[in-house]
Amino acid sequence: MAADTVRGVRKVGRYTLLVVLAVIVLFPIYAVVLQALKTGPDSLDHPRSLLPVDLTLSTIKAAWTQGNLGRLLMNSVFVSVMVTLGVVLTSLLAAYAFAFLQFPLKGPIFVLFLATMLVPAEVTVVINERTADSLGWINSYQGLIVPSLASTFGIFLVRQVFLQLPGELREAAALDGVGHVRFLWEVAAPLSRPTLGALGLFTFLGTWNAYLWPSQVIRGDRAHETVQIGLERLKNNDISKINLVTGGLVVAALPIFIMLVLFQRQLVRGLTAGAVKG
Amino acid sequence: MKRRLRDVPWAVVMLLPSVVLIAVWTVYPLVKAVQNGHLRCDVTGTKCIDAGWGRYWDVFISAEFQHALGVSLKLMALTVPAGLVLGVGLAVLADKHLRGIGIFRTIFSSTVATSVAVASLVWFVLLQPQIGVFADLFSGWFPVLKNPGLLNDPGTALLAVAFSSIWANLGFTFIIVTAALQSVPRDLYESAYVDGAGNVRRFTNVTLPMIAPTLLFVTVVLTTRALQTYGEIALLTGGGPNPEKSTTTIPYLIYGRNSIISGDLGTKSAAAVLLFVLSLALALVQFRGLDKRVHYGR
Repeated sequence: MAADTVRGVRKVGRYTLLVVLAVIVLFPIYAVVLQALKTGPDSLDHPRSLLPVDLTLSTIKAAWTQGNLGRLLMNSVFVSVMVTLGVVLTSLLAAYAFAFLQFPLKGPIFVLFLATMLVPAEVTVVINERTADSLGWINSYQGLIVPSLASTFGIFLVRQVFLQLPGELREAAALDGVGHVRFLWEVAAPLSRPTLGALGLFTFLGTWNAYLWPSQVIRGDRAHETVQIGLERLKNNDISKINLVTGGLVVAALPIFIMLVLFQRQLVRGLTAGAVKG
Repeated sequence: MKRRLRDVPWAVVMLLPSVVLIAVWTVYPLVKAVQNGHLRCDVTGTKCIDAGWGRYWDVFISAEFQHALGVSLKLMALTVPAGLVLGVGLAVLADKHLRGIGIFRTIFSSTVATSVAVASLVWFVLLQPQIGVFADLFSGWFPVLKNPGLLNDPGTALLAVAFSSIWANLGFTFIIVTAALQSVPRDLYESAYVDGAGNVRRFTNVTLPMIAPTLLFVTVVLTTRALQTYGEIALLTGGGPNPEKSTTTIPYLIYGRNSIISGDLGTKSAAAVLLFVLSLALALVQFRGLDKRVHYGR
């Protein structure tokens, strides 16, 4: 009996703690979403702004028009889809070469590839901006897309999966006269679908969320801005219209939230691929 | 031997796209930045002379770089331990089979969906000095929230940036640590329990050693992210408040629109290379120092 009571008290304590922490973690999102769903004056009337009353879509609509959000979203979707497709394709090809083909210096070449994973964007952007400039790619989709089309991480990840496929698979296919391209496309790639999905999801999120490179390669050209760098314009307005920023934030974050809810498992799989197994 | 070479044409074709892209956008800029780091340029940034490797030392000891280095290290100290403790704490707390625990897990993971720009603008709105929620709710305890505002006070601006980063990274840490906790074999807990180990001892003697490799990974990632902080600064403070430049991190010194070295390719390159060396060195130190205590039990 006494043990039961202790356990019960502990359980209540744990739930209370969980709820308090959940409220703290969610508070910023909650406050911003509610402000976005109110008119300007209502959104600044604290703490009443935190109550779910007097809701309206007018702020989000205003943010949509003034922030040119339709265009920004379209740019982000286009750039992210292109980069994702590109990375999956280049990773598949290179991973195939490392996993299934024999060629001299394979090991050293692979190590060289891996080494480039250590180079952060913060170092390369200085020069890449000039390269983009000399190619005439400032303020263009090419500038946003092409530099991100290959991923060492992607090559590494897909190679790991390819190496786990049974070797007899390729031998049997070769005996049947199946060439490399067909084997890659019809056997190896479909068998690695979960990993490709995780890689795709990650690349999409990474590209969608990127800030540094887009902020340097797009210089005030509204036609090519992505959501992440375009949102800032809403903040430069009159400070009493700060709730327009909240409207923009909701529009910018919503697609990603939906995606993450839908693909939670792939996300966790992708995140932990680098961590737990080293 | 013939067999070995038969695949070569295919290998070339399949590796070519990645090789070209990585060569042009990762290797070339690194090599070029290392070269350009030798350049000392005049005020206009157009006339440059090769000052050799010594130029790196000059940049390193320059007042601007030293200041930015200090800011970056301070930001690292503010975000990494706190982010790690919070993330692990939440993960341990939610690692129990309770009714409705899935909801809490989703909530604690949720900030992984926020980008740098979204997280920063969220905090920008909330921390507005006159009209923000926090100013109205908590300025009784913390007057700085209202006047001049957390982001506008040279003493607290970096702390505000740290809040935003810790919050934004929490979901990532939570997800990874949760996955690691789930991979700890349950019978280890049971034998520890049989041996009479309490909650605390089970955590320090079973959980911590088992998830140590993951904690090492998370520490390295959080450290790297702290050193690479750019977007938060650009959106929250613009490197200010000025003239103290209390939030000008190394990346902001290099890439900020109103940075004093923004037109100086030589100094920018040198600073970028120094940042690279610094993050590499820190990662190595962390791996070396922690590796001894990390138990790779699989």
